[in-house]
Amino acid sequence: MTDEAPALETADGGVGKVRPGSPPPADPVLSTLHAAAPASRFERFEPGNGPAQDVVIVDRAGYHDLVSAAHSERFDTFADLCGVDYLGRKPRFEVVLNVVSHPMRRRLRIRVGIPGDDPTVATVSDVYPGANFFEREAYDLFGIVFEGHPDLTRILMPDDWEGHPLRKDYAVGSVPVQFKGAPHAS
Amino acid sequence: MSDTPDRATGDLEAPIAEPPESDELESTVATQRRAVHEIWLAGTEEPDWVKAGTDEGAQELLPDTDDPGLSIQRGTVVSDDYVTDDYVTGDERQIINMGPQHPSTHGVLRLQLELEGETIRRVKPIIGYLHTGMEKTAETLTYLQGPTNVTRMDYLSPFHNELAYSLAVEQLLGVALPPRADAIRVLMTELNRVASHLLWLATQGMDIGAISMMLYGWREREIVLEFFEKTTGLRMNHNYIRPGGVAADLPDGWEADVERILREVPVGMSEYREILDENPIFLDRTVGIGIITQEECRAYGVTGPIARASGIDWDLRKAFPYSGIDGYEFDVPLGKHGDVFDRYLVRMEEMRQSLRIVEQVLETMPPGDYRTADRKVTPPPRKRIDESMEALIHHFKIFTEGFKVPAGEVYQAVESPRGELGVYLVAQGGAKPWRVHVRGPSFAHVQALPMMMTDSLLADMISTLASTDPVLGDVDR
Repeated sequence: MTDEAPALETADGGVGKVRPGSPPPADPVLSTLHAAAPASRFERFEPGNGPAQDVVIVDRAGYHDLVSAAHSERFDTFADLCGVDYLGRKPRFEVVLNVVSHPMRRRLRIRVGIPGDDPTVATVSDVYPGANFFEREAYDLFGIVFEGHPDLTRILMPDDWEGHPLRKDYAVGSVPVQFKGAPHAS
Repeated sequence: MSDTPDRATGDLEAPIAEPPESDELESTVATQRRAVHEIWLAGTEEPDWVKAGTDEGAQELLPDTDDPGLSIQRGTVVSDDYVTDDYVTGDERQIINMGPQHPSTHGVLRLQLELEGETIRRVKPIIGYLHTGMEKTAETLTYLQGPTNVTRMDYLSPFHNELAYSLAVEQLLGVALPPRADAIRVLMTELNRVASHLLWLATQGMDIGAISMMLYGWREREIVLEFFEKTTGLRMNHNYIRPGGVAADLPDGWEADVERILREVPVGMSEYREILDENPIFLDRTVGIGIITQEECRAYGVTGPIARASGIDWDLRKAFPYSGIDGYEFDVPLGKHGDVFDRYLVRMEEMRQSLRIVEQVLETMPPGDYRTADRKVTPPPRKRIDESMEALIHHFKIFTEGFKVPAGEVYQAVESPRGELGVYLVAQGGAKPWRVHVRGPSFAHVQALPMMMTDSLLADMISTLASTDPVLGDVDR
């Protein structure tokens, strides 16, 4: 697949491709993670009025290995997982995983790009059981399929809902409310 | 005497009149017409659905056969997420739906319980009944309107929602706040923690039968809410903490109000400790109930007082300080056993520590402005608008199209009364966020409920659920 390499907006708003084999960071923990997934790229967001945030951008193939490596690198606590729809960009979707290390007192954010024509990615609920509900939410609202998830069903929307509402091309507007048995919904 | 017999007048000789011969065909049609509730608008053609009958089918008990579909409807086959193969259980097991309309579920949480006698063998939390698409709404609001939306998610700790959102926006903007704005934020969020824990105490008491506790908890919370109302104009959903500072300065005489809180709430709290700490009924229903281990907490993302009651030394105010909270002295209480009683102790101590922070804020409240002086974010003062064209333009731009936030993504978490409340914000340079994801602590806690409830008694499950303090507005968003 051509748009497999995870992309990230550069500072000028353009979209940059990740170069596989970008130099591993100096941090020993992050370089261990880099060894687990060589196609990953590391960033550091330093807001100036808050703590610096470590970000790893990884492709789909190395995603699960990287998460497993992060778990064994003492990022023991699951914090958050959500989907993002960058409509018009390649890859279109992104899954963002936040994990915390209590012993090291640091956070790690893992972003994986997912193409819009094949929105599948490996589940991490086997590594972090807490990702179960969060992946169900991402599936429900974005239609991202997590392969190997034990129960990938809708969680917030009704079971018979059509479409995935948080996608950017999901129309906001009138949804006819159909009450049960009502012959003519007005 | 007339030709027709009339028994009513006493003419017993008259023959009994035969009923008229019934029109068989017409009668059948009438029955059918009754069955289909045939009405439609006059002047239109008879629609097709008139003949369709009702949707519900026959209202009678289902026949006793081995049809698997019927077994599922009767609840003798368990088909859920955690076990993939269906199996038929004996008569001893049954599925009970608790909620979504149940006073003990703290909102519209639905728990599917598989019971064996009174023992819970499996729990399946089902959520989504309060889902209103607030994350989608957030994408259509400007950054200044954003707190109006997020404050309604966790409606018992609205200030923490606003704070997490505002901090995330400010990190992308790179604006620095004056010290008074930070101090006001700390003051309001810590008082909010007290109010939220008092409400938890009230509902925990109510759920396990201590009705007086409910009224007491509400009484103390009211003092805090009165101060919120005086400061922000509202008792809930304040929209007070905004990107760039807070909406308004503290009202005149706020010191006296805070002093009243500091004076009266601890008195009430020590009374509650006296009521509950040695109360045999309370102890029976809390000690050793609803235990969750440290490993389970970490794996399932359980945070806040629940994790601390299990002994995890983790408080975001200490780990990743925000809003200058590290400038105040406070301690983090930890439990040992991870049961309901330890959560009670941890929350009671947290209230004391929060009041300790409030006391320090009261003593050291710095003077100055309550919002940033950055004119791209904060509208100019009213006076300047009359004098300066640029000020007028800034004012106009901020309130019509909103200020623009540079592209980037940020995750900011604060320690809400329930745990880690995170906001993941993606900006693409416009005046509205591209994506706002709120990581609600209750969402993770509801997910971890089976860890605490499986193989416990049905009555204990009420106590366990109350101790996790879920807010369904936060779960469903």
